[in-house]
Amino acid sequence: MPSSVRVKTLRIDDLDVAGDEQQTIFDVAIEHDIPIPTLCHLDGLGAVGACRMCLVEVTNANQTRLQPACATPIEEGMQIVTNSPRLQEYRRMILELLFAEGNHVCAVCVSNGHCELQGLAQSVGMTHVRFPYHYPQRSVDASHRRFVVDHNRCVLCTRCVRVCDEIEGAHTWDLMGASSQTQVVTDLNQPWAEAETCTGCGKCIHVCPTGALFEKGHSVAEMHKRRQFLPYLRAMREREL
Amino acid sequence: MNPEELHQLAEQHANTRTQIPHRIRVCAGTSCMGLHSDQLVSAVQRELKQHGHEKTCRVSGVGCMGLCSAGPLVAVDPDGILYQHVSETDISAIVASVGNAPLEQLRCPTDIPFFTHQKRVVLEHCGEIDPERIEDALAVGGYTALLKALTEMTPAEVITQVMRSGLRGRGGAGYPAGLKWTTVAKARNPRKFVICNGDEGDPGAFMDRGVMEGDPHRMIEAMAIAGYAIGANEGYFFVRGEYTTSVKRLRKAILQAERSGLLGANIFGTPFSFTLEVRIGAGAFVSGEETALIASIEGRRGTPNPRPPYPAEQGLWGCPTLINNVATLASIPPIINHGSEWYASMGTPNSKGTHVFALTGKVAHTGLIEVPLGTTLREVIFEIGGGIPNGHSFKAVQMGGPSGGCIPAEHLDTPIGYEDLQRIGAMIGSGGILVLDDTSSMVEVARFFMEFCMTESCGKCVPCRVGTVQMHNLLTRISTGAATTHDLALLESLCDLVQHTSLCGLGRSAPNPVLSTLRYFREEYEASLTSTPSNELIPLTARPPAPPTNGPNGKGA
Repeated sequence: MPSSVRVKTLRIDDLDVAGDEQQTIFDVAIEHDIPIPTLCHLDGLGAVGACRMCLVEVTNANQTRLQPACATPIEEGMQIVTNSPRLQEYRRMILELLFAEGNHVCAVCVSNGHCELQGLAQSVGMTHVRFPYHYPQRSVDASHRRFVVDHNRCVLCTRCVRVCDEIEGAHTWDLMGASSQTQVVTDLNQPWAEAETCTGCGKCIHVCPTGALFEKGHSVAEMHKRRQFLPYLRAMREREL
Repeated sequence: MNPEELHQLAEQHANTRTQIPHRIRVCAGTSCMGLHSDQLVSAVQRELKQHGHEKTCRVSGVGCMGLCSAGPLVAVDPDGILYQHVSETDISAIVASVGNAPLEQLRCPTDIPFFTHQKRVVLEHCGEIDPERIEDALAVGGYTALLKALTEMTPAEVITQVMRSGLRGRGGAGYPAGLKWTTVAKARNPRKFVICNGDEGDPGAFMDRGVMEGDPHRMIEAMAIAGYAIGANEGYFFVRGEYTTSVKRLRKAILQAERSGLLGANIFGTPFSFTLEVRIGAGAFVSGEETALIASIEGRRGTPNPRPPYPAEQGLWGCPTLINNVATLASIPPIINHGSEWYASMGTPNSKGTHVFALTGKVAHTGLIEVPLGTTLREVIFEIGGGIPNGHSFKAVQMGGPSGGCIPAEHLDTPIGYEDLQRIGAMIGSGGILVLDDTSSMVEVARFFMEFCMTESCGKCVPCRVGTVQMHNLLTRISTGAATTHDLALLESLCDLVQHTSLCGLGRSAPNPVLSTLRYFREEYEASLTSTPSNELIPLTARPPAPPTNGPNGKGA
């Protein structure tokens, strides 16, 4: 780490903390065991601030704003609230919107019991969905020899897109369409088996928070995701820099 | 080109104009073009040739003349006699009338408030000059502000002038332009960019289009001045893909300016160099948001990114970037020419200068208008706009497009200003004024704008992507009479969620049309509810709707 990095002090939930200027609110909170729920964020991947689960109330210069903890660099004198009733309500509603948007049927899902979406719903006390379900018509691509993408379970966190681009360097995954028609695609929407850039490394499978990406040969609740490689790769890169 | 050459050229072209006593101007703005005004230009040419008037009268296709509802418009100079609803069959009579008595049956009065109550600063040459000829622009003083800035002023002095003029971003957010310029000017980086945000996408908005099509050289001049002030040598016009005429005319104007030495290396013999390029949007409304616009120019998906970092620190390709709206930039040359005091003398204490509006909807005169800020909505709608036609009565005016709100009759005397409108739950936005009469359903208006936001959501953040779909479903249920009080409560809590948790300004302002119609026309929503079931199934904490936030924050100042 360069010696010129400046240290900033701030307050997270009545705890005075310090961090270096390159850290985000989320980084500093985790260092101090302050839990902030996340979905699109994954340690080791670039932040996009898309799921809005990690929104926290940030007060700086007498202005309070909701900011994504994963993508907001710390600033001197920030006052941060990570878990107010208002935030809890927003997080719960966002999860309900996600459940209503896709076709999430835990009982038949390979990730049942190991799913981040399911885990978040439990942790915020989401017992039911107040919004009408969309029941979209989405496809499943099982053309790949080893992997499957089930768009019904995709929450568009773009972790697969980022891991493939930033870590594997293949950029097989990307997004197609917009609004509720957005979808992750392999190689300009080719069947996965025909995606020439795919190296078959399987990193996307293991960063996926739900059962949208999984390995063949797993039945209900059998798909465990292993992400140990990410912090390891990140540590290696930082050492190189 | 050196300063003397500019003056000589300007004089020469101005003389040419006076040597030919008569000139017929045919509106070649989008609206009139849609009525085939391009055929009128060739018809006039044919007619002039046939009667051998080519030496005494010339014809030009010009930018938008303003009164779109009377189009196609044709004007005959030097008296500026205006003819309305002109068809090809009228041309021979119009040409024959040149130098003689005007044709009364086709005449469009120019002493009506639509023309007399306007103050044209941004649009001063729009409708006067042929946008495809640099000679026309030079003849009316084009590029003199750039000359003045480059030869008589330091970059800091230019910024001071902009600062003192009180000019605020015309894209919707109303951020002080001078402050934005200062921030980018102070950023220490050898490479900086200026971007002109011409990704105008609000339904019913055509102000930027009018300016880009009508006076492209004004835009080039303003961009070069901005580049000089902030220390940038490269600029981009980001123009909406559907604006093919704007793209064509800007590209042509850039080529002409380059050939004349008004762009490129060492402009006017000074050390300042500036290049410009046009980039075309791929059809996404959200690309007008600063961070999405940058992503689009870089060749990536046009989706917004969390700010900070702001484009002023890390913008295009990581370099400090100034992004201004078309109308903001178009106000710069007059500020430099006439001084900041002159500009600041127009408007209200907090909202200075003039603003271009696209006046549409249920109003007698529709078109492109420019008025000083501080003008009341009543003046705009009932004097300039000529009131509500067909014996109907005024109900509301929708301002600011999908980010704005509806203003009822009781607030008609509100002066148009950034804070004034925000206080009553609307916003100037980019400048669309949509007048609604007593036949309009407010729930339907809210549903229309929600449908727009839903389909234009980029799909990146959850509240906007999914929340707008749910809100649209609820509004459809309400407008078809299938909704209950439960649905209305759900709609209000969704408005709160989407407003406060979305990633960019598009999402954060998407609930505004719903919130403002709920504020003033709640009875219309309640009247269409079916029954009032027990509230047991509503576990949502009832929260009163918050006032709409300041619109698409950062859609270019």
